[in-house]
Amino acid sequence: MARIHLDSAVAYAGAALGGAWAGAALAAREWNLQTPVTPIARQMYDLHLFIFWVCVVIFVAVFGVMFYSIFKHRKSVGHEAHQFHENTTVEVIWTVIPFLILLFMAFPATKTILAMKDTSAPDLTIKVTGYQWKWSYDYLQDGFGFYSSLATPLAQIENRAPKGEHYLLEVDNPMVVPVDTKVRLLITAGDVLHAWWMPAFGVKQDAIPGFVRDAWFRAETIGVYRGQCAELCGKEHGFMPIVVEVRGKDDYAKWVVEQKQKAAIPEASQ
Amino acid sequence: MSTVAHDHAPGYGHGESAHHPSGITRWLTTTNHKDIGTMYLWFSFTMFLVGGTMAMIIRAELFQPGLQVVEPEFFNSMTTLHGLIMVFGAIMPAAVGFANWQIPMMIGAPDMAFARMNNWSFWLLPPAAILLMASLFVPGGAAAGGWTMYPPLTVQAGMGMDLTIFAIHILGASSIMGSINIITTILNMRAPGMALMKMPLFCWTWLITAYLLIAVMPVLAGAVTMLLTDRHFGTSFFNAAGGGDPVLFQHVFWFFGHPEVYIIILPAFGIISQIIPTFSRKPLFGYASMVYATAGIAILSFIVWAHHMFTTGMPTSGLLFFMYATMLIAVPTGVKVFNWIATMWRGSMTFETPMLFAIGFLFLFTLGGFTGLVLAIMPVDVQAQDTYYVVAHFHYVMVAGSLFAFFGGAYYWIPKWSGTMYNETLGKVHFWSSMISFNVTFFPMHFLGLAGMPRRIPDYAQQFADWNMVASIGAFWFGATQLLFLWSMVRCAMGSGAKAPARPWEGADTLEWTLPSPAPYHTFETPPSV
Repeated sequence: MARIHLDSAVAYAGAALGGAWAGAALAAREWNLQTPVTPIARQMYDLHLFIFWVCVVIFVAVFGVMFYSIFKHRKSVGHEAHQFHENTTVEVIWTVIPFLILLFMAFPATKTILAMKDTSAPDLTIKVTGYQWKWSYDYLQDGFGFYSSLATPLAQIENRAPKGEHYLLEVDNPMVVPVDTKVRLLITAGDVLHAWWMPAFGVKQDAIPGFVRDAWFRAETIGVYRGQCAELCGKEHGFMPIVVEVRGKDDYAKWVVEQKQKAAIPEASQ
Repeated sequence: MSTVAHDHAPGYGHGESAHHPSGITRWLTTTNHKDIGTMYLWFSFTMFLVGGTMAMIIRAELFQPGLQVVEPEFFNSMTTLHGLIMVFGAIMPAAVGFANWQIPMMIGAPDMAFARMNNWSFWLLPPAAILLMASLFVPGGAAAGGWTMYPPLTVQAGMGMDLTIFAIHILGASSIMGSINIITTILNMRAPGMALMKMPLFCWTWLITAYLLIAVMPVLAGAVTMLLTDRHFGTSFFNAAGGGDPVLFQHVFWFFGHPEVYIIILPAFGIISQIIPTFSRKPLFGYASMVYATAGIAILSFIVWAHHMFTTGMPTSGLLFFMYATMLIAVPTGVKVFNWIATMWRGSMTFETPMLFAIGFLFLFTLGGFTGLVLAIMPVDVQAQDTYYVVAHFHYVMVAGSLFAFFGGAYYWIPKWSGTMYNETLGKVHFWSSMISFNVTFFPMHFLGLAGMPRRIPDYAQQFADWNMVASIGAFWFGATQLLFLWSMVRCAMGSGAKAPARPWEGADTLEWTLPSPAPYHTFETPPSV
């Protein structure tokens, strides 16, 4: 988390926000998108940086001209106004060039869209349902499912206890998936709109009551990843985090067996 | 009252015909475009302070992680009302206030075309504002589903939501009447010789804005009416269990909502297009292409709405269409920015407060335009949608965009309106303090959004703590700074300051500057020759 992307940090430093926060810990300050762990999220990350740098170059060029003019063409240095007000050639050029730049942006963006919409041939399908205010995950192929709710104690939220490392980003039962596996999510909601968002995976999909939408990801790194509901869903919208644990394939298989046993016990006792 | 002096401005005989009641009756019954313009502007500034107070509450809660100041539900009401009040109560009425004062004077007309309807358009606003504010005190509290009012959440809400819906109906009626008035005035009441393509650009941008308003306000009224019948009369427009679709609301809302953002920005473009030539002492560069670019932006605004809905799960073809169409908007917007800079190029510039706000606008609006381009790229939008990145983006175009332009316009025209020059030092302090505090508030929000902080949450994870504290400090500073503007304008209204000449700006050449300052109660009863 302490990693700061130097390239964008330098560019953003132009904001010149002074030293108001100089004493604060670096770890608590993020500048850019989270480190991607899926191919799609990586494409999004690179696309953002690409567009960002194109914009920086245009910005510097355009406002370089403006500030040059502000310093040179002012009355206080005795500059006389030149009364021109039209130039068709110039106007055509600055209509056509932005259009060409847009084409260069649209091309990689289109490729990413086509890749992210291809939800075919998944290895694993999980149904995700948003509720006020928790998530449920149903492993359709294996016949078990569970709810996933905020695990942060109320005392921390109400400032009666010190806040933990994963304050507001921790749940009782995380979604568990195997590494290097194409996971397809079927996303819906039980009451109002929610949105399932995992920044490191590059997945954000609204959960719509009465409709099923799908999304997919292939996580390439074992680890725990954290996100949040991204569509206003009522008073506890800020308190329904999403946690996904990406495990090794053997680890995952063991976890599935445990979950199946847990699911079987209540059925047997009925 | 000070207006007595205004009515008999020396050397301007028409003032003798200014009969109007005094006291409150004058303001309740007035059909004078200048009085109505003044009321719009004061109403707008009042609502700006109310909406701003709500912003202060939001930033106070977000100063630190944890819940300290308000409950989550009230927090949601604050974000909802802040949005509705700033959009419908502050920015739009301010633009109409400028239109009322300036359009008749700039085209050489004696008043607006429908003077009584003009009065009615204004007096609809206070009841709507009262409904919105009253909703805070009804059982269940004010609307808390965001200014976008997405169902099904807003179908669950209490009666505060109904009051909000009625307020929107009333505000929409007011906007439609205002637009009819502006279109009729511009098309029929121009002085002889004032061809459409000779009009000051402010009149052009408002003409196009008024058409946008007439096209989309009924759509918004339809959307909230469907919401109302879903809530109370058993319809299922937005309820899947009854055969409806929650996403339908978003389509209808954003078919209004996207033109709406141009309704907010186009009059600002118009004001900037008056200020920059004046203080560059040069005519506007590319007048015709400015008109075409404005019209181009307005037309494109009807086919880009679904970029607000990239994460709802659209088919690939839909995503591609709306992404390409949205990116295209950068072309006419770029033309406008280039034209403004070409107007400054090789001019003879001075930097009075209106010009400072115009340059501040140009610089920061363009920055907001670039983040708009970033958001148009659908795969990037997936990461930024509903995060603080979007919050930063639209505050750059609405606050540093529209609001800064309106500040610039107010300083530019206040000598004409009040007959008193504003205090230049006070104006410059207001500008620089706003400029710096605005960036301290909103620039860090880009980082928060990219790092993963969703919008509309009252509490957040620890890694967002630093930037939130910076943003809150900036917000309190920005809020306090706006009291300088109030002081500045009250001084002018009370006549404390240097007396303004008829044409205080050397480079100004539009018709209003041929009138004495303050502008007499009735002007151009005989059309000027252009």
